[in-house]
This record gives sequence, structure tokens and C-alpha cells, in this order.
Amino acid sequence: MIELRDVHKSFGAQKVLDGVSFLVPEGQSLVIMGPSGSGKSVMLKHLIGLLRPDRGEVLVDGHSVPDLSAGELSELRREMGYLFQHSALINWLNVFENMALPLRETTALDKATVDARVDKVLHLVGLEGAEKKFPSEISGGMQKRVGLARALVTEPRILLYDEPEAGLDPEMSAKINRVIRNLNTELGITSVTVTHSIACALAVGDQLAVFDRGRMIYADEPRRVLDCDNERVQEFLGVKMD
Amino acid sequence: MNPVTRIGARVIRPALDQAGYGLWLAGRTLMLLGHVPRRARALLDYMHAAGVRTAPVVVFVGFFMGMIVALQVGLELSRYGQQESIGILVAVTMAREMGPFVTSIILAASVASSMAAELGTMKVQEEITALEVMSVDVGSYLVLPRVLGLTLMAPILTLMADAVGILGGGVIAVTQLQLDFQNYLYNVREALSRVGDLVPVPSDLYAGLLKSLVFGFAIAVTGCAAGLRAKGGARGVGETTRAAVRTSVILIIVLNFFMGKLLHH
Repeated sequence: MIELRDVHKSFGAQKVLDGVSFLVPEGQSLVIMGPSGSGKSVMLKHLIGLLRPDRGEVLVDGHSVPDLSAGELSELRREMGYLFQHSALINWLNVFENMALPLRETTALDKATVDARVDKVLHLVGLEGAEKKFPSEISGGMQKRVGLARALVTEPRILLYDEPEAGLDPEMSAKINRVIRNLNTELGITSVTVTHSIACALAVGDQLAVFDRGRMIYADEPRRVLDCDNERVQEFLGVKMD
Repeated sequence: MNPVTRIGARVIRPALDQAGYGLWLAGRTLMLLGHVPRRARALLDYMHAAGVRTAPVVVFVGFFMGMIVALQVGLELSRYGQQESIGILVAVTMAREMGPFVTSIILAASVASSMAAELGTMKVQEEITALEVMSVDVGSYLVLPRVLGLTLMAPILTLMADAVGILGGGVIAVTQLQLDFQNYLYNVREALSRVGDLVPVPSDLYAGLLKSLVFGFAIAVTGCAAGLRAKGGARGVGETTRAAVRTSVILIIVLNFFMGKLLHH
């Protein structure tokens, strides 16, 4: 379970999060949309302890994330996966080594188990045959899938996605959205997805929240967003044009 | 804001902040020494990167340093008919001072800059953040092999610089000062055979090697600390790299003075 209670965050004079609150029950998927600079990615970084709120509470599985010690935060992060907007693959490791890295570094699994887990996730994201390639040798879309695979390989209970479909073609976007949705429905993974894509929101979300200037201005089931009467939400989705 | 406050805010505070981080990273790296067995492969890679690739430059520069010392000092000595003692002066100067100093400056320019650029690029591309999110210990995975690799290679490279520097001095002794090479080598051996009181090894040699060990550690920590705190994209990485070399060179000079006082007085 993930919960934010009245979270505020500023960088200097710029207010990025202005009293954000929401709750994501276990096994549910929350999608967050909003214009660039509305605080979506900053909120995501609070959930995994990369940023601390100026005020308010960030709770993951009942733990107050900002109050955890380094060791406790490390333990909690092992239960979580994070897909970065620009993949953030280690550039001198090949695809296989990138995916195996969290298993080799944070678990005591033997080589055969690590290899099996990596192979399984490689198949899931359609990257068979790319194991030996380095990040600089594959496309942005493939890098994104390796990033997703790396987030999945530790079999986390919570997944955070920062624009999972960015840089992917429509066919691959749909495939990745299906993978994300299946992780929720079949494995009961709790997830928060930041996206600009309404298709992604409709495909993977149980709940949809729209951020604007650090505030949550809309929250409901994704399919209802197209009919909502909030002008700012309509403007963002391109439904209402001036 | 008055000028003094402005200087404090823009120069002194960031410098102290970075120095504090560097000291913290140095302490943390020492505490991670128990991780060496699982980092053995990476350690060998960085020893190769820091040592083998830098060795030709160290040999080249060391040889010329020895020739410069022999030429400048030898010409002065020959005015007083004391050129016979050039072997002693070249050996002591290379072992105590020029060997570790020149080697460390080369390492600062080549290895500290590459460490800062490599880690800085990883930092601005969120690779370091990704490691943290995966609960990978950045200190153990990235910093320890680099710091230990350079710390171990610095004395070996210094020894090479000492040797070729003495050889270069010998070339000048024979060709410019008309001395016998065997006699030159005899003086070198005499100069380097003085055994220290505390440690039963040649005192000038071990003092220089100890210096280079400390310089290597300081250079590597400076390069890593700069890289891990890089920000602002390609320009930020460039500034980080410059700062790493600048700080390393200043550190080498300051440490050289204090270690020289400590070891030779």
C-alpha cells in the first residue's frame, strides 16, 4: 500500500508539490498524468526515498519513507522496482549484465537461478537475442524495455514507472502496457505510473490522478476522465481547445 | 549581499562542502575494505586502467625529469668540481620528491579526470540513482575498486619513474658530465642504501613510496567525490572534471609539503 498525506515540496522558491494526498491499495494501479513540470516525477522520487518532503507523510507498506534509516530504506527498496524515464542503464554492462546486476548485488542467488530469472524477464519484454548488446548498441525503445526488465527481475511487490511508453512505437507501447497491467492483475503488484499517454492510462490504471502545478486536480477511474467537466483536465487532454 | 558574504557563499561554502564530502567518502571507502574479495575483478580492471595505460607516460616523463635534474644540478656541481656526486643527488631527488610528485601529477591529469568524467556522466544520466534505487552499494560497487586500484598502482608507477629518472640522470652524467656510468650507479646505490630508523628499508625510497600511496588515495577519492556530485548535464561534467584535476593537484602539493616535513625532519 502506498499513501501520501498532504505532501509539500519546494526547490528554492519554486513550489513543486503543494499538498498532495492519495492512497493506492495493495495490488492496485494508480496512473498520474499532468503537464510537464507539474510535479509527477518529483512525487515518484518521494515514494522511493530519493527526495524528502518539506512537509507531509509518505507511507509505503505502513513505513514512513523519510524516517527510515539507510539500511531500512535499502530493505524497502528491494521490494520496489523503478523504471526510469531515460532507462538509466549502466553503460559499460551489456543487456544481460544490466538485468542481472540487482540480483548479483543484492541477493545470494546462485548463477543458474540468476540466469533463469533474467531469461524469463527477457522473454517477457521481447528482448531474446539482445543479451550481449550494450546500451549504446540498441535503440531507445529497446533500452526502455531493458529498464523495465531490470525493474521486474527482482520480482518486486511495488513498481514505479516514469513514462514507461515514452520512446516506444505504438505496437511496443501496447505490449508494455499489457505487461504492466498483467503484473497488477496476475501477480498483485501495486504500481504508480507517471505518463503523458491517455492510452497508457486507460490500459494500466485502476485509478487516474491529474496533477497541475503541484496539486492533484482530478482523481477517478481512467475511463471517466474523458467525460470529466474539469476545464484544466480537458485542456491537458486536448479535449477542450481555446 | 556584501562582497565578503558573496565570496563565502559562492566559493568557501561549496569548497568546504566538497571537502567534507571527500573526507566522508575517504572514510567510507576505508570501511569497505572488507568488500575487496568480491570486487577483485573490478579492482584488477582499474589497476590496469590506472597503471598499465599510464605507465608509458610515467616512464617517458620520469626519464626526462632525471635528465633535467642531472643537467641543471650537474652543471652547477661541475663548476666546483663536485660532479662526481651527481648520482647521489639524482637518486635522492627522484626517490624523495620528483618520482612521487611527477607520477601523481600525471595520475591527477589522466586518472582523476577520467574517474570524475565517468562517474559524473553516470550521475547526470541517473545511472547512480538507478544503482541506489536497486539498493546497490555505490561505495562498494563503484568507488572502492577505483580508489584501491589507484592507491596500489601509484607506488608501483613511482618506482618506475624513480628507476627511469635515475637512468636518465645517468645518460646526462655520461654524455654531458663525462662521468663513468659504473661510478654513477655506485653513488646511486650508496644514496639509496641509507636505512631508516623506523622501518628497515631504504629511507628515501620508502618515504617517496609512502607519499605516492597517500597521493594515489587522495587523487582517486577526489576524482570519485567530484564525479558523484556532478550536476547539470555535459557542461556540469566538464566543470566536475576540471575541478577534480585542480583539487587533486592542490592536494598533492599541500600533502607533499606536510609529508616531506614529517618524513624527512
